[in-house]
Amino acid sequence: MDLVQSVFYICSAMVIVFAFMVIISANPVRGALFLVATFLASSVIWILLEAEFLGLILVLVYVGAVMTLFLFVVMMLNIDVVPLKETLVKYVPVALLVIVAILAMLISVVGPSHFGSMPQPAMHAADYSNTKALGMLLYTQFAYPFEVAGVILLVAIIASITLAFRGRVNRKSQRPSDQVNVNPKDRVRVIKMPSEKKI
Amino acid sequence: MDAILALVWTVIKITVIVLPLLLVVAYTTYAERKVIGFMQVRVGPNRVGYFGLLQPIADLVKLLNKEIIRPTMANKLLFLIAPVISVTTALVAWAVIPFDDYLVLANINAGLLYIFAITSLSAYGVLIAGWASNSKYALLGALRSAAQSISYEIAMGFALVGVMMAADSVNIREIVLAQSGGFFHWYWLPLLPLFMVFWISALAETNRAPFDVAEGESEIVAGFHVEYSGMTFGLFFLAEYMAMVLISVLCALLFWGGWLSPFQGVAHLDAFFAFVPGIVWLVLKSGFFLFAYLWFRATFPRYRYDQIMQLGWKVLIPITIVWIAVLAIAIQCQIRPWF
Repeated sequence: MDLVQSVFYICSAMVIVFAFMVIISANPVRGALFLVATFLASSVIWILLEAEFLGLILVLVYVGAVMTLFLFVVMMLNIDVVPLKETLVKYVPVALLVIVAILAMLISVVGPSHFGSMPQPAMHAADYSNTKALGMLLYTQFAYPFEVAGVILLVAIIASITLAFRGRVNRKSQRPSDQVNVNPKDRVRVIKMPSEKKI
Repeated sequence: MDAILALVWTVIKITVIVLPLLLVVAYTTYAERKVIGFMQVRVGPNRVGYFGLLQPIADLVKLLNKEIIRPTMANKLLFLIAPVISVTTALVAWAVIPFDDYLVLANINAGLLYIFAITSLSAYGVLIAGWASNSKYALLGALRSAAQSISYEIAMGFALVGVMMAADSVNIREIVLAQSGGFFHWYWLPLLPLFMVFWISALAETNRAPFDVAEGESEIVAGFHVEYSGMTFGLFFLAEYMAMVLISVLCALLFWGGWLSPFQGVAHLDAFFAFVPGIVWLVLKSGFFLFAYLWFRATFPRYRYDQIMQLGWKVLIPITIVWIAVLAIAIQCQIRPWF
């Protein structure tokens, strides 16, 4: 077993263990941190597959941005786990049934019988750039699906903003242009009154 | 046997990079106190050694001797692991930084992407520290820092996209070599708006003044590291300064031609300065950016939090998007001498 293979096995074991810990950890913040570790370990596997662009983007997008936001939200919630567990016991029979069903489906679809002896993929030359290869494909052959995906994401952004944005009531921000254009006559009314006369 | 030899060789290379880096960090803290002192017409530290030159070492000894206090209700593991994460992310990014044409630990294809991915991890040290301390000031500082670094990462990423487009590469060495040809061939000129955006968001990413609301002393005591004492605090300090040095070197590499001589193509000066090794130019250039960090801290008052967010989302990101479109047209028209 050479170095690359041992790194692969260590990282796959880490992915499985951390993914398991995400599910069983009682504290949501610890769960989120284990998910971060899972992403990091799987990005190592991407890089071993010579897909360094995808591996780094996984770290950049999922670990650097998405999970930071996740943690951000989870840290502000003060979740009490004990009452959640009490209601959970009631659903154990149903949960077991679902688990068995999903396990059966998984085994029938991706069971060991589907995998023959797979040859190791050929290594690329040292100057092979996965980033360049991916870019060539995305912007030539798959240009239209790529653009469509971008537009769908844009629509999703606008939709979520319109759903969440309610506007600020009674905001007190001042507009400099309005302030400069103020006419003194609109603001101040000078009233001439005859002075009182002594009786 | 070969594998072991390669490993030993790599460790030696890492030491050669990390030891001077730590020295630079130590003397950046000294420079900060001296420079800001002079700017405010004070003397700065002058008690330990000549002109206070041994001050950083005295500080280090003091930090090492202090007791590390752990708050009672803090999450023990995460509380101790947070400063480690901060220092690790600040150190690991140095693996792909080239100091001269072939003076680099790992010359990988996606070098710039790697640096960007690693620096985006640095938010975790702060976030975990703030949460694990179980203190309201620490949590507030951590949340501020996380929101700020996510917002400015977008602008920074777009600025880097411009650099990648101009150089037609993600490899840092190739980006520097694409700028060869003298002072006006460097990317600060064709990418001027992106350069400014990168510089400003770099200040915000490293949580430095005027964007240092994550530790804003006047409002939340010291932000995310309120509960840290002794060397655990020292590690956060170390990570912050290493990130500053990294960003300064990155500014020099991406926009100021890295190790290239500024006199390339100038008739007599080019030959006259030919004996200067490239690393000297890189150190001089990044030294300027490092000085600018201290300069800004002495000059600008701290931004208000909503103004920081407004600057990031409504000013910097639109500028980068517009300039990337302009850049695409410029590259298509092959405007000399840059593209």
